[in-house]
Amino acid sequence: MTDFNLLAEKAKWIRRKTLEVHQIAPETRVASSLSCVEIFAVLYYGQILKYNSKDIFWSDRDRVIISKGHGAISLYPVLADLGFFEMGELDRVCKKDSFLGAIPDVIIPGFETTNGSLGNGLGVACGMALALKRRKRNEKVFVMLGDGELNEGAVWEALMFAGEHNLSNLIAIVDHNKIAMLDYCENIIDMRPLERKFEVFNWNVEKADGHDIRQLHSVFEGFLEQNNDSPKMLIADTVKGKGVPSLEGDSLCHIRSLDANAMISAINGL
Amino acid sequence: MMNNNMQNRAMRDVFIETIYNRMSADESIFFLTADFGSPYLDQIRKDFSDRFINVGIAEQNLVNVATGLALENCVVYAYAIAPFLTMRAYEQIRTNLAISSQVRPLNVNLVGVGAGFSYGLSGPTHHCYEDLTIMRLLPNMVLFSPSDWKLAEGFVDYSTKVNKPKYIRFDGKAMPPIYDIVDDELLSRGFCELVSGRKVCIVSTGYMTHKALEVAKGLKDVGVVDVFMLQTLCEEGLLRVLKKYELIVTVEEAFVGKGGLDSLVAGLLRKNDLNIRMESLGIGERYVFELGPREHLHEINHIDCESIASTIRRHMM
Repeated sequence: MTDFNLLAEKAKWIRRKTLEVHQIAPETRVASSLSCVEIFAVLYYGQILKYNSKDIFWSDRDRVIISKGHGAISLYPVLADLGFFEMGELDRVCKKDSFLGAIPDVIIPGFETTNGSLGNGLGVACGMALALKRRKRNEKVFVMLGDGELNEGAVWEALMFAGEHNLSNLIAIVDHNKIAMLDYCENIIDMRPLERKFEVFNWNVEKADGHDIRQLHSVFEGFLEQNNDSPKMLIADTVKGKGVPSLEGDSLCHIRSLDANAMISAINGL
Repeated sequence: MMNNNMQNRAMRDVFIETIYNRMSADESIFFLTADFGSPYLDQIRKDFSDRFINVGIAEQNLVNVATGLALENCVVYAYAIAPFLTMRAYEQIRTNLAISSQVRPLNVNLVGVGAGFSYGLSGPTHHCYEDLTIMRLLPNMVLFSPSDWKLAEGFVDYSTKVNKPKYIRFDGKAMPPIYDIVDDELLSRGFCELVSGRKVCIVSTGYMTHKALEVAKGLKDVGVVDVFMLQTLCEEGLLRVLKKYELIVTVEEAFVGKGGLDSLVAGLLRKNDLNIRMESLGIGERYVFELGPREHLHEINHIDCESIASTIRRHMM
């Protein structure tokens, strides 16, 4: 049985730690990292992902690619908590000799790829899913995308490819926080209805409230139980800057850093 | 060094045929193409359909999918027309291959066909004079620019063994062989002094090595060095060979003075404080819209045999 109270507690803790990391390293993209907190909580603590923090390239692990790398600072506390690296590393993010930068790289235990360049994670995930499928392995490939990232052409090359090659072991998540760097996504390129775009390329698309742990868990469980040929896509309806009122709803929150006072009130406000 | 079997063959045909012969025994080999063919590719498509993937005309995804397969320990060949492979997907090559492979080994072999003026009649989009420079720019990559099909054939086993990303620059045309035996020692060395000269040495790569040999035949005491590894070559060995010459003439079907073969040689001489005269021939500071046989395009750019020979004569008088 999934302990949803535990997941809620973990999400709360991740959000708090993410703000603390941002306090240490203001260079980090905090708003983008706050929208996917519940998704990480469910994947890593809700028995969705298989991983082994003591053997990071364990062959039975599910593969995770964070294509929207800048927005995954919230994964640092999760990986530290699970033993991928020492918890003390969180106090040194972006400091000299730390391996935890403002954008997660392949040098960090728990990250499979280089993530700073948007648009490439899904294609790489396709290659991994294809290799696993050809070897008749059961591991899944999870890939997290941003909605602004969907403007990248390479994403669409990969979307077409995954549908064509029946990559049913591929699970993509769009952190649909609706804001890119300079504006609301729909003011840049209006992609609504987003789910239709994926469905026509043979993806099995589900939508969920990206901050509702039960909904997220139910979608992921459904994906894992499905026995069909389609790649899976979760469009997670999220709020950029979730949990910090001064960030939520600010179309420029992507580039906002919280100063000391804002940080204290943000942490207290959680 | 010269081979008795003088059959003209295209590098890519021999290369793909050799890969085909390895695919039964080595199940980790995947062959991807961006909708670009070869008669020998049809055989792979037919007999290894689960490991042959046409990603479509999508070079960025070609490199990304190849990366994902290589992360799962596959040996991947990603095949496309050279300018589009290297330039459309340059950022994917940089991020996923050059950067990532510094931490996680990746055996991705980018196989680009159409070096220099191979596709002469298709105009500047299909000419490829930038790739040597831009691929040489990236750390952690192996850059292979063979002059004949024997080297291409020998490179297959080398490519499965060397667990690094590589760019393989093939000419499109069928040509006679230059080499006889291609082994790991030769491939690791990365160059060969095909003709030993006295005062002057032509240093060339790819198709131009055939032209260099032609020039050397007509002039006395002119040496020829073929450089086919432009990143991971034995620099000390090349230096030992170049030291004995008074004039070095580099010749390449690539932009001159921009980081290609000429820069490799000049850098080597500079690094070792060698004051040898050097002349660099290649494509000038413009694209080539002119049509005509490859020789004509060479004449326009002063890299035809007569231009090479007169450069040598001018310096030696």
